[in-house]
Amino acid sequence: MAEAAALLWREGRLRAVGAWTVDGLGAQPPGLPPGAAVGAVDAAALAALDTAGALWLLRLSEQAGGVAIEGLAGARQELLERVRESRARMAPARPVRDEEGILPTTGRQVVARLERAHAFLAFIGETTVVAARLVRRPGRMPWREVLGLIHSAGVAALPIVGLLAFLIGVVIAYQGGQQLKLYGANIFIVELVALTTLRELGPLIAAIIVAGRTGSAWTAQIGTMQVREEVDALRTLGISPVERLVLPRLLALLIALPLLTVFADLLGVFGGMLIAWLVLGVSLSDFIARFPEVVYPSAFLVGVGKAPFFAAIIALVGCFEGFRVSGGAESVGRHTTLSVVQAIFLVIVADALFSVLFSWLNL
Amino acid sequence: MWLEIDNASIAYSGNAVVHDVSLVLQQGQIGCLLGPSGCGKTTLLRAIAGFERLTAGRIAIGGRHVSGEGCFVPPEQRRVGMVFQDLALFPHLTIADNIGFGLRGLDADERHKRIARLMAMIGLEGREACYPHQLSGGQQQRVAVARAMAPRPDLLLLDEPFSSMDADLREKLAREVRDILREDGVTALLVTHDQFEAFAMADEIGVMHHGRLAQWDNGYNLYHEPADRFVADFIGQGAMIRGSVVDAHSADTVLGRIHGDAPAGCQPGCIVDVLVRPDDIVHDDASSHQAVILEKAFRGAEYLYTLGLENHEQVLCMVQSHHDHNVGERIGIRVEIDHLVMFPAQREAT
Repeated sequence: MAEAAALLWREGRLRAVGAWTVDGLGAQPPGLPPGAAVGAVDAAALAALDTAGALWLLRLSEQAGGVAIEGLAGARQELLERVRESRARMAPARPVRDEEGILPTTGRQVVARLERAHAFLAFIGETTVVAARLVRRPGRMPWREVLGLIHSAGVAALPIVGLLAFLIGVVIAYQGGQQLKLYGANIFIVELVALTTLRELGPLIAAIIVAGRTGSAWTAQIGTMQVREEVDALRTLGISPVERLVLPRLLALLIALPLLTVFADLLGVFGGMLIAWLVLGVSLSDFIARFPEVVYPSAFLVGVGKAPFFAAIIALVGCFEGFRVSGGAESVGRHTTLSVVQAIFLVIVADALFSVLFSWLNL
Repeated sequence: MWLEIDNASIAYSGNAVVHDVSLVLQQGQIGCLLGPSGCGKTTLLRAIAGFERLTAGRIAIGGRHVSGEGCFVPPEQRRVGMVFQDLALFPHLTIADNIGFGLRGLDADERHKRIARLMAMIGLEGREACYPHQLSGGQQQRVAVARAMAPRPDLLLLDEPFSSMDADLREKLAREVRDILREDGVTALLVTHDQFEAFAMADEIGVMHHGRLAQWDNGYNLYHEPADRFVADFIGQGAMIRGSVVDAHSADTVLGRIHGDAPAGCQPGCIVDVLVRPDDIVHDDASSHQAVILEKAFRGAEYLYTLGLENHEQVLCMVQSHHDHNVGERIGIRVEIDHLVMFPAQREAT
């Protein structure tokens, strides 16, 4: 057995004694005495020295603030210099990265999204089939529940939809009015407010609020049922979850969202009308008189006509994400967020597509 | 044959969870899949209900082919009832509405009669208007069973239904549920990891291990004639001691020659491990075999002693608790084995 390596500290000098070798240093090589001021490391009395010992000496001298290593001679000094050189050349080891490259990650993400899109399409298909079956036996639809859902998704959303539509109308009229005023074209505020609200903002505001309020709530409801195995329980009782959970919600929103859109249209135009009167000096009677002259029914119908499509998107995405919940409560949260983001995203994409379509059709 | 499973396998992305399981359940019988967690028993149950697809094999319920060989009947058309681990009662519906939920297609009168009968059967008459959270755990449990039974399913599946109950309530509830099932002549399959629950409820018990069905038998045979080491270890208590086969009806061990039918395949002279249950060892002061008490555990009417034998092997022994001996004491023991169970010896087996 080699004599163990040790460090003795005396009057600012550290004396290294014993065998400074792999064996002598062992698993816990001697360290600097805490708080000691070290002037130099004296290695004259070493019993043995190998590469490991030399490396450890160098580390100690660095830790002590780059003090000199004294007392080495001949081959030992040469060994120390060799190790010092090699150490300087040595690049710090690059941390091993087990992440995969960008291509596999991209591929996996694409496949996951395609799989999701495929599942969503299948879900829409299943809902359609079940809905077609139910049309022949309307008695199976839980009508009371549909009424309850219309209340919670529609009636209860009236205040927030109305307030936001009103404020948006105010903002549009105010910002647009500033520009119109420059040209003295104040009366055109009627077209500006009426057309933007009826065609675009009314349906969009209603849809976005409902997606955030109701779509997310339905994802959480169905997701919780999924976690508590209630969805499985429905199936073993011979009841299709699509029929019992999705169709009532879809129907309720198909009824509620167009009505909410009409309400948003009214309040939005009302907000614009107030600003036109207060800021632009367009009297309420002038506004109302001009309204039917410049706004064709098609503008209103185009807006309200989009609402059922938005309703279908919100209800289907909300329910679909609910059914995709697996595991525990944290999955419910994740899918609820996903449901809102996706529903709003798809609503706006659909709105853009409608704009393109309507411009082709000259509506 | 009411429930028939032939060579069923289930795998998730190449990992076999259930491997080549075959079993048969007769009409009116209560079966049980028993095994430690992760053995694939719940997956198999969910496959029978139709929530999982088979990768191989087939399942038939009441003579109707429902899974496998290109056929898949979805759960809502399988006519199976299921009682879930967390019961999954509908919290916003009353007890009566919960039970009646699956009873569509019946007219109001019949529906009402069926609910009343089930409420009487589970002993909750008069509580129809309560909501699930107003009932105790055991009552909710029975409501869940009644809800699953209401549409008269061909097969009732129970997924660890008593796991959230207190240990002493569990067995009592298991017996109550068994009586309810018997009364209606329901064929049922239960999944549990608790052998006493299984013994309390089931006619036929299948022990599952690593996705395989190790043995499908009644409780008595599982205990006394286990098919392999795992079953011997999992069911009941016991210890293995080394022995060598003398002939088809006996084996020599450190406790002397043990008589009983040796299983086929054991040649005279081959080294075996003999299963010794606590009830196989009888305390007998006159016996020539002595053992040292290493540990003792009080079990009320009995003490369970862990005994060290001459060759440092250990056995368990159940002794009436008025024979109170101290740890370290030597007592005389005698072996009385009715069912000799032995397995070819494994190295380092104890």
